Amino acid sequence: MNATLPTPNSTQIKSEPVDLTERPSLENRSKYTKKDLTADHPTWCPGCGDFGVLALYYKLLEKKQYPVENITTIAGIGCSSRFPYFVNGHGAHFIHGRAVAFATGVSLSRPDLHVFTFGGDGDAFSIGGNHLEHAARRNVNMTYVIMDNNVYGLTKKQTSPTSPIGFKSKTDPWGAFDYPINPMKKLISSGATFIARGTTTNAAHLSKLFERAADHNGFSVIHVLSECVEFFAGAFDSANPRKGGIFREIEEKKNDGTPEDNKRHDVSNELAAYKLAQDDFPGWFGVFHEINRPTKNQQEWKVIENARAKSNNASAIELLQQTFDRLK
Amino acid sequence: MSSEPNQNINSTITPSNNTNGVPPKIHDAVIRLAGNSQDGIQAVGAILARLAGRSDQDVMTYMTIPSTISGGPSIFQVRIGSGEVMSSGDEADFLVAFYQHSYEEHISSLKKGGILLYDSDHVTPNLDDRNYKYVGIPISGLTVEAIGGTARDKGKNMFLLGSLTKIFNLDLVKVERLLNEKFKSKDESIINTVMSAFHAGHGYDTGNIIGLYQFESVKRADGRAQVTMTGNEALSLGAIAGGIRFGSAYPITPWSDIMEYLRRELPKYGGLFIQAEDELGAISMAIGGSYAGKLALTGSSGPGISLKCEAISYAVMAEIPLIIVDVQRGGPSTGLPTNAEQSDLYIACFGGHGDAPRVVLAPNSVEDCFYLTIEAINIAREYSTPVIILSDQAIATRIEAFAEPDLQKYVQDITPDFKPKPVGWKPYTLDGLTHHAPPGTFMSDGRYPLVTGLEHDEYGHPTGKPVLHKLMTEKRREKIKKIAEKLPPSTLYGPNEGNVLLVSWGSSWGPVCEAVDKGRASGKSVSALNIRYVNPLPNGLDNIFAGFNAVCVVELNDQGLYGYGQLASLLRMKYCDPKIKSITKADGLTFKVSEILDAIKEYTGTETLDPVKA
Repeated sequence: MNATLPTPNSTQIKSEPVDLTERPSLENRSKYTKKDLTADHPTWCPGCGDFGVLALYYKLLEKKQYPVENITTIAGIGCSSRFPYFVNGHGAHFIHGRAVAFATGVSLSRPDLHVFTFGGDGDAFSIGGNHLEHAARRNVNMTYVIMDNNVYGLTKKQTSPTSPIGFKSKTDPWGAFDYPINPMKKLISSGATFIARGTTTNAAHLSKLFERAADHNGFSVIHVLSECVEFFAGAFDSANPRKGGIFREIEEKKNDGTPEDNKRHDVSNELAAYKLAQDDFPGWFGVFHEINRPTKNQQEWKVIENARAKSNNASAIELLQQTFDRLK
Repeated sequence: MSSEPNQNINSTITPSNNTNGVPPKIHDAVIRLAGNSQDGIQAVGAILARLAGRSDQDVMTYMTIPSTISGGPSIFQVRIGSGEVMSSGDEADFLVAFYQHSYEEHISSLKKGGILLYDSDHVTPNLDDRNYKYVGIPISGLTVEAIGGTARDKGKNMFLLGSLTKIFNLDLVKVERLLNEKFKSKDESIINTVMSAFHAGHGYDTGNIIGLYQFESVKRADGRAQVTMTGNEALSLGAIAGGIRFGSAYPITPWSDIMEYLRRELPKYGGLFIQAEDELGAISMAIGGSYAGKLALTGSSGPGISLKCEAISYAVMAEIPLIIVDVQRGGPSTGLPTNAEQSDLYIACFGGHGDAPRVVLAPNSVEDCFYLTIEAINIAREYSTPVIILSDQAIATRIEAFAEPDLQKYVQDITPDFKPKPVGWKPYTLDGLTHHAPPGTFMSDGRYPLVTGLEHDEYGHPTGKPVLHKLMTEKRREKIKKIAEKLPPSTLYGPNEGNVLLVSWGSSWGPVCEAVDKGRASGKSVSALNIRYVNPLPNGLDNIFAGFNAVCVVELNDQGLYGYGQLASLLRMKYCDPKIKSITKADGLTFKVSEILDAIKEYTGTETLDPVKA
């Protein structure tokens, strides 16, 4: 499907020419390390799952070695959304729920940047639910990491949209009874083109998901179980073998023609992804869905290229003059 | 229904000025077209306006469209003048009524002695009312006849345009050229239909009212050609000329024209405009674009602006440059979506949480929409601040002619600067203006900046230190106050001393100036002042106020709980001057000149205020 589309970071996506002359050329730069990438000391509680996500982000950037000035780390509001302060790169800490919309503006206006957005379950599934769906269906090029702890931690233990039924919080002292959101179902139905699920208690597995998400051309989203040790300790023990749980990893189809391959998960099959999402908690981990669909970035820039070509790359003054002539 | 011509003409126009066959010169005429929204009267009005602009006449239109999807009463008023036209006119000289309801609704807007032209297939006027002159034309029947009888209601507007061209002695060749330009992309059969209807109307003999009107063509002193457009078009073009290449918005009337225009046009200039999922997403994407180095534009009308307020406060705190257009309409809530009101001044100046000073500008004419938008862009960039442009429905939808802007002078390139930042560079410096380094900027000391809504230190890192919150709050306030020092001096319309100073903002400026003209012509001591810079207010207004006994602020909003309109309250807040009075109106319609003159009667009377000066 869409075999002719450019691969991630293809030169076919053009932005305005950026003056690189005064920047040190990429060949002459030494590789940056985790030490270069660290900034403020994280404000998270000791033992917070979010440390694991931050460590994997450093690891990803160290491996990818994108030009450091082109990395953009964006977040909304919540414990997890403190993320940009802990990364020494261009970053923005935006308002509650709108980080994905902000990142959409960054990604579409500057296709040359590597856009990473971080947030929690409140940002993604409650106050910002609408933006998540629309960025996903438009396939805006970015990677969105949702650090889900099933509780509002920054505001000290209120019910979150993913809190399980029966969870006792300050806003549901008798135990939550609102039916929780199933993040994977929501993400699949929203039309995201790369959807994966991991947990901070399996860093090796999550690290692979990070890389695939970063390489994906389009809206890639990872739902990460990230435990809040302060307000919802033990929430994800059932997914952690070290705590007596089970980590069920999705086995993806290899297309090797073997009979056992038929039982493996076809990531391009949306219905199969729903079936995986249907399973009871702790559910499955790995890539649920991955398809290739033109990104909004590509399509918008194609409109621009066509319009520029049609006007023979006329200057702004020439184009405006033509418009004013028509209005005489 | 009879289609026998002229049977309803019972006008008694005496051709006193017309004895030698030379039509009298009419300097100024208000033509009101009343029909339903699908009749295409807007198209007729727009062509008349464009024609007037091409003929070096001044022109201003006024339009109401129903918010229903199709159908419903609609009017279009064109005022064409040989001098400077400042308002769309209180009363019509010439009324066209397509339907009985159009006649009944609008006959009272016709001047005594004015002419009613009506579709005699649909309208039965009260011919006994001798206040008006009547011209009945079976427009529906004759149009069907002219274009071959299939198209029902289509083409009536072109028949009417033909009749008006004849009646107003307009340049036939120029009108035909305009029609060809308008329909050139359409099928040839459509142009033929248009022309058939047009010529049928032009050929129809309306009797002795022909030759009554002829506008004087005045050569413009500045020698620049005239362009004719709506306020929304002028604002969009100002944004493009000023360098805007990115933006995002959500549709709402009457703002949508601007986003549609930018969505369609920006790709030609290498830019893009995104239709967002909602108002919150729209301003967030725009702030994202500005953060990424592309100064972005977003906009809405009242209800949408209230949704954007949280993000406006963010842009103030994070010091993000941003253009926010508010095309005001009648509120609160869904209110009067297609009527005019100036009731968003408070939300523009104060909407949002926390101490969040921002810049608010208000264009006073269609032409000003172009220039003011460029000014807004330059202020936003220089001071790294959100700037709100307060347009309104009256300016947004009306058509005016104005001198073509000097593009060489006004078109600017604001491509971001990605030069590496030197060692020690700080985004939120306390002793200077903030100018962000967009992503893609290499930091020579390896220390990358953060943009944040938390109170922050000079590097953008969060801080709860009382002294920093105090200093940063001061910084954000003082930089906006500094703008007031640099604003051009306010200019007066009329002498700088007198009884009454009329103060206006936005679309009320035209009627206010006309009120000054009429008032002074009848011996009243009136001048006017326009407030283009609403927030911060320009310095020195108190010196201007000192020359007058009463300062009457004219605005289209309610007097509120404390008896003063929104700008009047702001001025009283700043100057604590009891002579600042308020003239407000909330009927969804633009000011009539007579309403303003009536409202200031108590201040223009010599016995009340002159003794103070004596």
